[in-house]
Amino acid sequence: MNGTDALLLARAQFGLNIGFHILFPTITLALAWILVYFRVRFARSGDAAWLATYKLWVKVFALTFAMGVVSGITMSFQFGTNWPGYMTRVGNIAGPLLAYEVLTAFFLEATFLGVMVFGMNRVPGWMHVTATVLVAFGTTVSAFWILALNSWMQTPVGHTVAAGGQLIAGDWVAVIFNPSFPYRFTHMMLASGLTASFLVAGLSAWRLLHAPEDGAALRTLRTGAVIAAVVAPLQVLVGDLHGLNTLEHQPAKIAAIEAIWQTQKGVPLVLFAVPNEAKQRNDFAIEIPKLASLILKHDAEAELKGIDHFAPHAPPVAPVFLAFRVMVGMGVAMLSLAWLGTWVMRGGKLAPRWILWSFAGFTFSGWIATLAGWLVTEIGRQPWLVTGVLRTSEAAGRVGEAPLGASFTGYVATYALMLVAYMVVLTHLAGKGAQR
Amino acid sequence: MTLDLPLVFTALMGVAMLAYVVLDGYDLGVGMLMPAADQREQDLMVASIGPFWDANETWLVLGVGLLLVAFPAAHGVILGALYLPVAAMLIGLMLRGVAFEFRVKAEGWHRELWNWLFWFGSFLASLAQGFMLGRMITGFEPGFGYWLFALIVAGGLCGGYVLLGATWLVLRTEGALQKKSLDWARWGLVWVALGVALVSIATPFASETVRAKWFDFPRTLALMLLPLASLAAGIWVWMATGRLKRGAKTAEWAPFAGAAAIFALAFAGLAYSLFPYLVMDKMTIWEAAAHPSALIFILWGAAVVLPFIAAYSVFSYWVFRGKARAGLYD
Ligand code: HDD
Ligand code: HEM
Ligand code: HEM
Repeated sequence: MNGTDALLLARAQFGLNIGFHILFPTITLALAWILVYFRVRFARSGDAAWLATYKLWVKVFALTFAMGVVSGITMSFQFGTNWPGYMTRVGNIAGPLLAYEVLTAFFLEATFLGVMVFGMNRVPGWMHVTATVLVAFGTTVSAFWILALNSWMQTPVGHTVAAGGQLIAGDWVAVIFNPSFPYRFTHMMLASGLTASFLVAGLSAWRLLHAPEDGAALRTLRTGAVIAAVVAPLQVLVGDLHGLNTLEHQPAKIAAIEAIWQTQKGVPLVLFAVPNEAKQRNDFAIEIPKLASLILKHDAEAELKGIDHFAPHAPPVAPVFLAFRVMVGMGVAMLSLAWLGTWVMRGGKLAPRWILWSFAGFTFSGWIATLAGWLVTEIGRQPWLVTGVLRTSEAAGRVGEAPLGASFTGYVATYALMLVAYMVVLTHLAGKGAQR
Repeated sequence: MTLDLPLVFTALMGVAMLAYVVLDGYDLGVGMLMPAADQREQDLMVASIGPFWDANETWLVLGVGLLLVAFPAAHGVILGALYLPVAAMLIGLMLRGVAFEFRVKAEGWHRELWNWLFWFGSFLASLAQGFMLGRMITGFEPGFGYWLFALIVAGGLCGGYVLLGATWLVLRTEGALQKKSLDWARWGLVWVALGVALVSIATPFASETVRAKWFDFPRTLALMLLPLASLAAGIWVWMATGRLKRGAKTAEWAPFAGAAAIFALAFAGLAYSLFPYLVMDKMTIWEAAAHPSALIFILWGAAVVLPFIAAYSVFSYWVFRGKARAGLYD
């Protein structure tokens, strides 16, 4: 067996699986709270239109949730199968956090999802509202634990090293509330808010293009646009704070994000370039002088460490640099569309067709930004799996290429089928609209 | 007082795994029975498990999670050795899990496709689980005989799940479908009896350690209680289904309870045979255990949270008590 190929396959497989999984939590996390809103509006008003809206979106939710559950179950096995070295070294920290996620979040969501989806006529109204809230709460708790773990891997603190090289938690509070956790958790929840609100707005716009008279779709379009208009600027702000936090704790990642090859003073902001790994420089760069120093250090002449300072423990520049620009670009585009749409539809005005088309086109825009964001985070951490503690190459398993190749093919085929079916059914549901 | 943490976690993991096989067992079994039913019946069958399957599968996540946290060394060895069957099981679970949703929302041939995938996924996952169990019992020994043994166990487990699924349907359906389910249950029972007999005969040949444990007089006498009790549970299921078929007055939960008892007994036998090994003949629970600090931290959480989980699980079964109704989203 060729070790490097197996490592590459293992990484590709894990990346594929988690990249597939996150598509669905990133919707359900916030959509669950949007459903709470619909459900409460119905409970308050008794208006059948709110009920129809709730019933339509609960279908979308249940479908998305199922996709999240089954791909998540796969994830929980892959820690052991693909990264045994990871569990051996940091299992005493990763394990309990994952266990708490199962105990406090997964059972809660899974059980009350049944009541929420199938139980409307079987339990009193207040109990159904409670079930809806508990599902939303459960998904948020789940994100809390998994992001605590991921943030700890980025900025590990609160542990000691035992004789065998294993890490042991000294202070659980420090482990959970590690330096990057508050930023990552907030940024992720807001990312989900944007993804879900653009999904709601986009599918509603799709419906309105076919049935301009549909009042329920108009209302959900407006709900989605308004949520997005509020969340998008918050996301830009939190993203900026997140970046400053990263500069403090993972400066090598920032060097990659900004494509700073050499340590220097008064660093320009590279708007766009093609990073050239072999020559350690940027080709075709468009730069604004001194702006990177100004943004990151609030001083135009300040010094920023470059890749040369961190090599050989530096991440690959090109993917991190490009993914970051995709994320920020999407963020700016989402902000613009959300504000424009809200303004055009102000005071109950109907949306013109070009706005509907724009929202419909942005239905899955949150996915692109979210995936790009995770790519920045995860590739920017390389070559470390746990920053400064454990290298990715030390964590890989002994599984041979043949079984890896076979399972990889199986996953790709299954995911492709599921994803196509998911998109087909979503647009189909949206096309039919909410039915009384 | 010092707590034998690995032992406590073995017990916890055992409970999670037993809960998983019985609970997800019935819904996988229902999935495997799909082709034997007509379209209206299929909708009812799926409706009977719709609110539960997700929580049922969460027991698997907990079981594997506990293996991962409490016995990290064994987790790597076991899941590494079972790499392909694990992947097959996961693909099966994925297909059937999303099929619940797709089969009600899709139309035309898409719907047929998802019905078929629901069956296929259930069957693939069950087969893979049985196969993994068979490989566990023999400590992952290579060789044709051992693989054959694992295949027999796989067949037996499928039969067991069909039995659970059919008896669940006896409890949750009425009329013609219930009648059919009674027949399915009896077929499942015969299948299980065959499977258990084959596995019981083959196991002492497949593993020396098990042989020594089983034929260690006078403990063998006490051990005989397990097969005898299983036999009694089997007869109970047979009689109860017979009475229900004749329309005599018998509790409709009786067959399911009997089937669950068979699983619990088989599980106890298995646990006895394996203990204290996690990887047969290779790694004991104490050798594989994680650091106490991690285990204590989880134990606290589990002690606080598990009663809540039990309570709201009971609540959910209470909400959805009675016969299944088609028409899912109401
Ligand atoms: C930021 C959010 C987030 C992230 C980064 C992850 N997950 Fe996830 N996961 C969720 C948020 C979530 C969720 C919102 O709680 C889901 C999605 C839909 C659902 O049912 O719950 C879920 C479902 C879910 C399930 C099924 C739960 C059930 O049976 O109900 C498992 C086993 C996992 N996940 C495991 C993982 C693992 C091992 C991950 C990391 C490698 C991971 N998830 C990343
Ligand atoms: C949810 C969104 C996530 C996405 C899209 C994502 C994506 C990725 C990608 C693309 C890689 C491969 C990087 C590379 O090899 O260059 C990776 C690696 C990894 N990530 Fe994540 N990740 C996510 C969340 C998480 C979380 C929550 C954890 C743990 C709690 C985690 C743990 C790991 C591990 C163990 C690796 C393997 C090492 C490696 O390949 O570098 N990831 N992830
Ligand atoms: C427009 C302004 C934005 C800025 C300045 C920004 C900034 C950042 C930074 C610096 C990181 C990497 C942090 C690290 O790994 O150390 C990051 C990660 C991430 N971003 Fe953004 N972001 C923006 C918009 C968005 C949008 C619109 C989305 C999604 C809808 C998004 C989703 C994510 C995700 C999911 C991650 C990975 C998880 C995490 O590290 O929090 N971001 N962002």
